[in-house]
Amino acid sequence: MEIFGIPLQAFMGQLMLGLVNGAFYAMLSLGLAVIFGLLGIVNFAHGALYMLGAFAAWIMLDQFGMNYWFALVLAPLTVGILGVIIERLFLKHLYKLDPLYGLLLTFGLALVLEGVFREIYGVSGQNYNVPDLLAGSMDLGFMRLPIYRAWVVVISLVVCLGTWFLIERTRLGAYLRAGTENAPLVQAFGVNVPMMVMLTYGAGAALAGLAGVLAAPIIQVNPLMGSNLIIVVFAVVVIGGMGSILGSVITGLGLGIVEGLTRVFYPEASNIVVFVIMVIVLMFRPAGLFGKEA
Amino acid sequence: MSALSTKAANMLRITYLVLLAFALAAPFLGLYPVFVMKLLCFALFACAFNLLLGFTGLLSFGHAAFFGSAAYVTGWFIKSQNWTPELGLLAGAVAAGLIGLLVGLVAIRRQGIYFAMITLAIAQMVYFVCLQASFTGGEDGLQGVPRGKLFGVLPLESDISLYYVVLAVFVACFLFISRIVHSPFGQVLKMIRENEPRAISLGYNVDRYKLLAFVLSASLAGLAGSMKTLVMGFATLSDVHWSMSGEVILMTLLGGVGTFFGPVMGSGIVIALQNLLADKVGSWVTVIIGVIFVLCVLAFRKGVIGELQAFLERRRNAAKAASQQT
Repeated sequence: MEIFGIPLQAFMGQLMLGLVNGAFYAMLSLGLAVIFGLLGIVNFAHGALYMLGAFAAWIMLDQFGMNYWFALVLAPLTVGILGVIIERLFLKHLYKLDPLYGLLLTFGLALVLEGVFREIYGVSGQNYNVPDLLAGSMDLGFMRLPIYRAWVVVISLVVCLGTWFLIERTRLGAYLRAGTENAPLVQAFGVNVPMMVMLTYGAGAALAGLAGVLAAPIIQVNPLMGSNLIIVVFAVVVIGGMGSILGSVITGLGLGIVEGLTRVFYPEASNIVVFVIMVIVLMFRPAGLFGKEA
Repeated sequence: MSALSTKAANMLRITYLVLLAFALAAPFLGLYPVFVMKLLCFALFACAFNLLLGFTGLLSFGHAAFFGSAAYVTGWFIKSQNWTPELGLLAGAVAAGLIGLLVGLVAIRRQGIYFAMITLAIAQMVYFVCLQASFTGGEDGLQGVPRGKLFGVLPLESDISLYYVVLAVFVACFLFISRIVHSPFGQVLKMIRENEPRAISLGYNVDRYKLLAFVLSASLAGLAGSMKTLVMGFATLSDVHWSMSGEVILMTLLGGVGTFFGPVMGSGIVIALQNLLADKVGSWVTVIIGVIFVLCVLAFRKGVIGELQAFLERRRNAAKAASQQT
C-alpha cells in the first residue's frame, strides 16, 4: 500500500518519528511558557537543562547502575534542584529589568553548562539502551510501532495535560496565574510569591530534564543535543504564542508531525520547515496562533 | 553645551586620534597584523550590531546570518568568479543588506524578546541553507580564497598592505556609524529606543525607521564578514552559526551597549582572550566566555566603557558639588 507514492510503512514511520519529536517540542515549549509566564524570563538554558536530564540518566546508569525507572524520577528531580539553585543565585536579581537580560544571562549559563559537558565527555554521543520492559515493537498490521516511541508520546501527553490541569484548574495554578498579573497583590494575600517563583523555575527545569531522560534512549546523549533543539523550540513558541500553555502543546505536536511529513516528501527542507512556517504565521498573525494581541 | 562637556568632547577627540595613530603604527610595533585585522573585522561587526541594540534598542540574536552569508558571498565571488576584492566586499555587504531587509520585514512585527527569538530562528534557517547549498562547500566551507588585487592593480598578498585597507574600511565605517547616530535619523532611532509609543504618537513611521536601521546594521555586519573572508582566506559554517550571534552580543555587552567605543573594546577583549587561551585551556574557552556573559549581565550591565563613563560622570558631579559648596 502506498500514500502519494510513498510506501505506507515508511510514511507511518516518519509520522511516528514526527510525533515523537513533537512530543519533545511540546514538553520543552511548555516549560518555557510556564517559566516565561511567571518569571518573565526567556530561558535560553532550557536546551542545556534538557541535555543535563539526558546526561543525568546516562551517568546514573553508567556510574551507579541505576536503571531507567529510577532515572525517570531522579534525573528530573536533580535538574529541578539545579533549576532552583540557578533561580536563587542568578535569576532573582533580574526580575525588575528588561526581559532581554534574562535571555542573555541564561544564554551565558547554557554556554557554561554545555562547555563543561563538552570538555568532560567530548562531542561523540553516549548510548543509552531502551529499558527491557519497553523494548521491541508491536505489529499494527500497517506498520511496526516501536513500543518505546509510543511510550514517549503517551507519557509526554500525560505530563503536558497534567501541567495544563495544574495551572488552569487548581488553586495553586490560580495563585500562579495571579502572581503573573500582580505579584505584590498576591503577596499581600499571604502567598509566598518568591518561593512560588523559585519552585516554578525548578518545575520548568524538571520538565526539560524529564524530556531529556525520555530522549536518552532514542538519540545519542551528547552535550550539544540541547542547543540544536532550543532554537526550533523558540520557533515553536513564536508560532504558538508565548502566553498559551495549551497552544504550546498543540503547536509542538503539530510542528513535529509537519516536520516528519516534510522528511518524507522533501527531505532537504525538513530542517527549515518549522522556521518557514514561523515566517508565514508571523505575516498573518504576529501574536502567534494561540497568542493574544498585546 | 557646558564648558565641561566641550572639554570632554575634546578629550574624546584626542583619545581617538591617539588610538588612530597607534593603529596606523601597529604593524611596526610588533603586533601581528593578521591578529589586528581579525580584531578590526570583529570590532566592525560589534559596532554594526551596536547600531541596532545600543542606539535603536533592538536585540537581534541572528546577526551571524549577515556576517556569515556575506563571508560566503564574498568568498565565492572572489574565488570562483575572479572578482576584485573591493567588488567582493561590496557584493557581500549588499547581499547581507538584502537578507537583512527580508529578515527585518518579518522580525519588526514583534518586539523585545520575540524580536530576539525570531531573528534567531530565521538566522538558523540561513545556517541550514548555507549547510546545504552547493556554493558554500557544506561542512568544509570555502577554503583558500585569494586576496587578489585591489581595484585590479594593488596586490594585497602582503599582510601590511591588506592591513591598511582593512583599517581604512574600519575607520570609514566607524565614522559612518557615528554620523548615522548623530544625524536627525539617529535621534529618531534613540527616541524609538527610549519611548516607542511616543515616537508613534509624534507621527513617525516607526517601522520604517526600525527597518532602515536593521538593514544598515545588517549590511555593515556583512561587510565585517566579507573582510574576515578576505583576511583569513576562508568562510566556514562557524561564521554563520548562532554561537557567532551570541559572541557579537557578548562583545557589545562587555564593552558597553550604546557607547561608541565599547563594541571595539569588547571585541578586542573577546578576540584576545580566545587567542590567548585557545592553546592553554582548549575548549574551556566557551565556559570562560559563558562566565563572562553571566558576570556582565549580573554585575556590570553598562560594560567596560559604560562603567568608565559612569565613573567619570560621578567624579565630575562630585567635583561640581564640591566647588559649589566652597
